[in-house]
Amino acid sequence: MAAAAAVRSSMGLTLRLSRVIPDCSSCPLSRSKSCVNSAASLQRNGSFDNCRTINRHLQTTIGLYHSEEGSSNAEDPEDVVNVVYIDRSGKKTPVKAKVGDNVLYLAHKNGIDLEGACEASLACSTCHVYVDSAHFDKLPEPEEREDDMLDMAPMLQENSRLGCQIILTPELDGIQLTLPKVTRNFYVDGHVPKPH
Amino acid sequence: MSGYKLLFSKVKLCKWTRPLNAGVVRRGVATTPSSYSPRVCVVGSGPGGFYTAQHLVKARQDIEVDIYERLPVPFGLVRFGVAPDHPEVKNVINTFTQTANHARCRFYGNVNVGKDVSVEELRRAYHAVILSYGAEGNRSMGVPGEDLPGVYSAKDFVGWYNGLPRCRELSPDLSCETAVILGQGNVALDVARVLLSPLDILKKTDITQPTLEALAESQVRRVLIIGRRGPTQIACTIKELREMVNLPGTKPEMVAADFEGLSEALKDVPRPRKRLTELLLKTAVDVPGEKEQERRSKASRTWGFRFFRSPVEVLADTEGGRTAGIRLAVNRLEGSGDGARAVLTGEVEDVSCGLVISSIGYKSIPIDSSVPFDSHKAIVPNTMGRVQQTTGLYCSGWLKTGPTGVIATTMNNSFDTARSLVEDMDSGTLDVSAARPGSQSICALLEERGVKPVTFSDWEKINSVETRRGEAVGKPREKLLSVEEMLQVARA
Repeated sequence: MAAAAAVRSSMGLTLRLSRVIPDCSSCPLSRSKSCVNSAASLQRNGSFDNCRTINRHLQTTIGLYHSEEGSSNAEDPEDVVNVVYIDRSGKKTPVKAKVGDNVLYLAHKNGIDLEGACEASLACSTCHVYVDSAHFDKLPEPEEREDDMLDMAPMLQENSRLGCQIILTPELDGIQLTLPKVTRNFYVDGHVPKPH
Repeated sequence: MSGYKLLFSKVKLCKWTRPLNAGVVRRGVATTPSSYSPRVCVVGSGPGGFYTAQHLVKARQDIEVDIYERLPVPFGLVRFGVAPDHPEVKNVINTFTQTANHARCRFYGNVNVGKDVSVEELRRAYHAVILSYGAEGNRSMGVPGEDLPGVYSAKDFVGWYNGLPRCRELSPDLSCETAVILGQGNVALDVARVLLSPLDILKKTDITQPTLEALAESQVRRVLIIGRRGPTQIACTIKELREMVNLPGTKPEMVAADFEGLSEALKDVPRPRKRLTELLLKTAVDVPGEKEQERRSKASRTWGFRFFRSPVEVLADTEGGRTAGIRLAVNRLEGSGDGARAVLTGEVEDVSCGLVISSIGYKSIPIDSSVPFDSHKAIVPNTMGRVQQTTGLYCSGWLKTGPTGVIATTMNNSFDTARSLVEDMDSGTLDVSAARPGSQSICALLEERGVKPVTFSDWEKINSVETRRGEAVGKPREKLLSVEEMLQVARA
């Protein structure tokens, strides 16, 4: 893991300094079909994006979820979006994300317990999160289908959104996403058991 | 000595290679039991069972979970309850598949707990047993005529169009013009949608072939969805209502008087109820725009909610053999909001119809006399998932809380039970220090009794066959409809 991180940061450093198209012949992934650069010609000059592949392959998958598009270990400062996930016990997990990352899949990659039962198809409410007030208004309005699914989420609040619909932009830097507390005695009909 | 032989005849890998395989996904291969792993079994492989298993394998690195399922195929209501035209809701199957393929989780299908093996036997073999077998019964209307041909529970009707083996012979008669559905929840709307959707849409879903054939001959053109109380008590959710409103080839037909005074009453109502009622009002009462007007004029099928009506009798035709109508009592509402009650006024009303579907709720049943069961609430009595007056027995899903809620609700409920179990293990309330044989002893018992479990990779064979057959006809899958056929493919 440490060696991989060293490789990543050294590559990043080289690119930032020289701003050239990366030399793929030295990269072990260049011959594999999975590297985006091997097939296509390099269109972008000095863009670090072309080496996003490296980051994706050297990362380990956390938990049971498969990796999704978009690296969460960005090195380019303009692309970095700082996100804080707050879990049900109040524990904060800061994550360095990238512009364009999807909040649900970002959570999966960082071991946050945010379920996505319908896989971001607006057919469930399991990725329900609360967005901090400073950033809530910066999100685009939810489409009708998202509002319909939010209506089914337990403990709906004014600042509720579905995580799978939040795509990170630079102005969301510092966003805090809180997972709703589902109480221990959760009865679907709202019944509260009498203490005995 | 014989125990030793048993150990090595039943397992394929031996103890000292296990560490190499730990964490590696392997399917359906028995591994040597490591003496001090806590062993837990889950009864039922629907969302309740799978979400509980998922949480358990993640919460502790030593816990091993076995899931027992009566049918050869997993996933419960995700496969047999979710409507065919809601395929995205079924994506959760991918999460469940990952759990089933986890190194510390194993699936045993074709095992009937309560018949092939008892809960007592499971409790002896495992440190803990979690009952997640859901609700396979239904609430009956309790009215005369309920047994007439033409009357079905929504549970059976849904089971029929979703290919549940025990509902295969339902063959509902769709030769009447009007169908009446009692109940106004999401299941009622699913049934209405299946009855009225254009076949072009349905034939691209995983709805069964016999259902498509029956719907092709169907004469049903009008569906009334009836509830005891009023518009602000409907139990369905906005997504499903919107689907009805936008259903191609159909138009709404409701009684404007049912909605009087409603918009004023909406001021302080919580958002979900408010949005739902606003959509309902718009659909039922508002004068439609030009485009919608045109769409409605071309519609050949109608649907509508009817309120303040309770069934009192299903009426037979003159020969007394078939459903010809339903007698409804007229109610008025006392109180408001969720707590409003329907009170009889004494008036009755008859509606002609040839098909009556009661969608008033599912109901859990007891499967083993050793398990406490509250027959009034039809659940296993529990506190936070711990079955009362005993240790080592838990419940999750609908069996725990009653049969309401969507997959997300069951997910939270199952995670809660799993947390209770892990808490009990961590605190010592549940003693996991002594070894338990787990599936080894259960599989031995099953073999003695001539029961051969279906492994998860056996299910993958069934899955492949269904997917392949579906591809040939432009559907996501063509379901196998009988247990025999499923087992045939599983054993191939």
